[in-house]
Amino acid sequence: MTQSLTQDIGTPVSESFEMPKSSATTDVDDFSATIGENLIDDPKIRTRNVDVFYNEKQAIFDVSLDIGRNEVIALIGPSGCGKSTYLRALNRMNDTINGCRISGDLCLDGEDIYSKKMDPVLLRARVGMVFQKPNPFPKSIYDNVAYGPRIHGLARSNAELDEIVHTSLERAGLMKEVKDRLQSPGTGLSGGQQQRLCIARTIAVSPEVILMDEPASALDPIATAIIEELIDELRANYTIAIVTHSMQQAARVSQRTAYFHLGKLVEVGETSQIFTNPRHRLTENYITGKFG
Amino acid sequence: MNNTEIVKRGLARRYAREKRFQLYGRCAVMVGFIFLALLLVDIIVKAMPAFSVTEIRLDVAVDRTTLELPAQGALTPELLNGVNYSGLIKQTLRDLFPEVTSRKDKKLLYQLVSSGAEFNLHDLLVNDPGLVGPSPLSIWVKADDDIDTFYKLETVTSRVDERQMEFVDKLKNEARIRTAFNTTFFTASDSREPEQAGIRGALLGSFWTLLVTLLVSLPVGIAAAIYLEEFAPQNRITDFIEININNLAAVPSIVFGLLGLAVFINFFGLPRSAPLVGGLVLSLMTLPTIIIASRAAIKSVPPSIREAALGVGASHMQVVFHHVLPLAMPGILTGAIIGMAQALGETAPLLMIGMIAFIVDVPGGITDSATVLPVQIYLWSDSPERAFTALTAATILVLLGFLTAMNAIAIYLRKRFERRW
Repeated sequence: MTQSLTQDIGTPVSESFEMPKSSATTDVDDFSATIGENLIDDPKIRTRNVDVFYNEKQAIFDVSLDIGRNEVIALIGPSGCGKSTYLRALNRMNDTINGCRISGDLCLDGEDIYSKKMDPVLLRARVGMVFQKPNPFPKSIYDNVAYGPRIHGLARSNAELDEIVHTSLERAGLMKEVKDRLQSPGTGLSGGQQQRLCIARTIAVSPEVILMDEPASALDPIATAIIEELIDELRANYTIAIVTHSMQQAARVSQRTAYFHLGKLVEVGETSQIFTNPRHRLTENYITGKFG
Repeated sequence: MNNTEIVKRGLARRYAREKRFQLYGRCAVMVGFIFLALLLVDIIVKAMPAFSVTEIRLDVAVDRTTLELPAQGALTPELLNGVNYSGLIKQTLRDLFPEVTSRKDKKLLYQLVSSGAEFNLHDLLVNDPGLVGPSPLSIWVKADDDIDTFYKLETVTSRVDERQMEFVDKLKNEARIRTAFNTTFFTASDSREPEQAGIRGALLGSFWTLLVTLLVSLPVGIAAAIYLEEFAPQNRITDFIEININNLAAVPSIVFGLLGLAVFINFFGLPRSAPLVGGLVLSLMTLPTIIIASRAAIKSVPPSIREAALGVGASHMQVVFHHVLPLAMPGILTGAIIGMAQALGETAPLLMIGMIAFIVDVPGGITDSATVLPVQIYLWSDSPERAFTALTAATILVLLGFLTAMNAIAIYLRKRFERRW
């Protein structure tokens, strides 16, 4: 382990992950099937044998995973392992990417996500998403949060819309900081506040599931801590799937953790078990810092 | 010798190279700037005479006997229309110079004032018949363009006879000649007489033509750009269309004129020389510019904004119209204004559809015969009268003014609505 660490010193952290050639690490041929408790009873989201292709390149191989109600599941793994791709498959965000093809069964409450009957607009209203980089609209804070309810016609009056905006900001823990400047632009907030604004915007539509794609990776430690607390509170009302690069974050916010490796789901289990007693050698190598 | 010394030895040469390069750059900028300055100075110097005009004061006898009007009764326009104003002006000139007797000299004398003087006098009296009376009417009439050039620029040309120079001297001594601001240049249309020619017709022609161009090319261009960028499937057909739009932007503009002639005039039978056809032809020419600029603006909207809108459940249409289009608008408008500026300065395609005709009337709509500013410049630059040189330069100045204003608006819009994310 020390040997591979010293090799890495001095080389900049690159986005693309390359398998170290050292004999201490394992190759993916070790992998046969997902180990751990990837399937559960009465899941919110049920996925079976999911394959995702970008043109000819396969990004996800035969992933079967259930996401339970009111749980936070963390998806971890080295860069390029397909965890973001898997997450985006859950609310059909990949539809917008040319040449992206998905096979397998994905169900939300027993309804097929990719069937013709499922409308992607309705699906995304039920399965909200928070992105890596805070991306508020260049509009006022109020309009940012009110946008979703407005396009779906969720509020019958302005008072009702005010109510939705206020509760959403309250739940996102942002109300105190912005209550005097709801009409000022959302892009004028700090990075952490912007990300909470995006979370408020997502929960304003009252989704059932919230997908978070590395929501804290662009934030400083204090803003990260606030977001993590927020995720813990949101669990009471929502099902949350979070992709993260920080293993500490996964350990802090999630109940279950899934480890992805080169497009394959290697191991799923209780978060405490994954981090203290990983069963697969790849998982162990990753969480002990041998690569990634 | 260690590394530091090796680096040190090469440093002087490296800095010298950088200095040389900066010098080349400065020279290039200077050359460009000098040419621009020369061009502007030349145009402005040439244009100055066009903004002033020489006028001659005449005391015209306007009593009823001289005008050959009935001694009593109301002065109807019909009666006043019948007056021989040309003779009246000539009589006044003869009275000013009683010494002129020979036929040849008389002809030279009559040529002192513009042929438009009689019309000015006519308009004056018809509009206000109360002026008719025993006291002579003192009016300033325009001098003929050759006299005008001679008097303003104080240059002797073959077009001004020595006798005429004497006349001018005498007028000067009697304070009967002056230069005034040339309002005619802005209020009149084209004319064979330089002192009566103005750009109002061409300005309005340009206005109507650009209006048609804007109304056709902006909606069509934006719609095409949105569809191609956002909705069209990526396949061979759209690739083919894209290549052809880029090719269209490079097609010589006169080809669009030929197309307009064949399609709009010969096939659809639209009126010749009309801003309607001119605007349609210029729309075809401007469309590629607008489409390319709009696509670039749409493409530059960050994907994170699209994802954010999709993530809360916006439909594709809503993403485009609520988020992408407002953010792309400054870029689209900049492209549109630059396209319009191009269209404003375009001559060649309009020659093909008959907008080069000599048109005296001010166009009142998009189907009236008209000409446009650049074509007016082309027409005047071809005219033999010396005074047209100044008019040409002055029109170029006006055109440059409009182009600068349009580009300034484009820059302002870009700065004003620039978003940072």
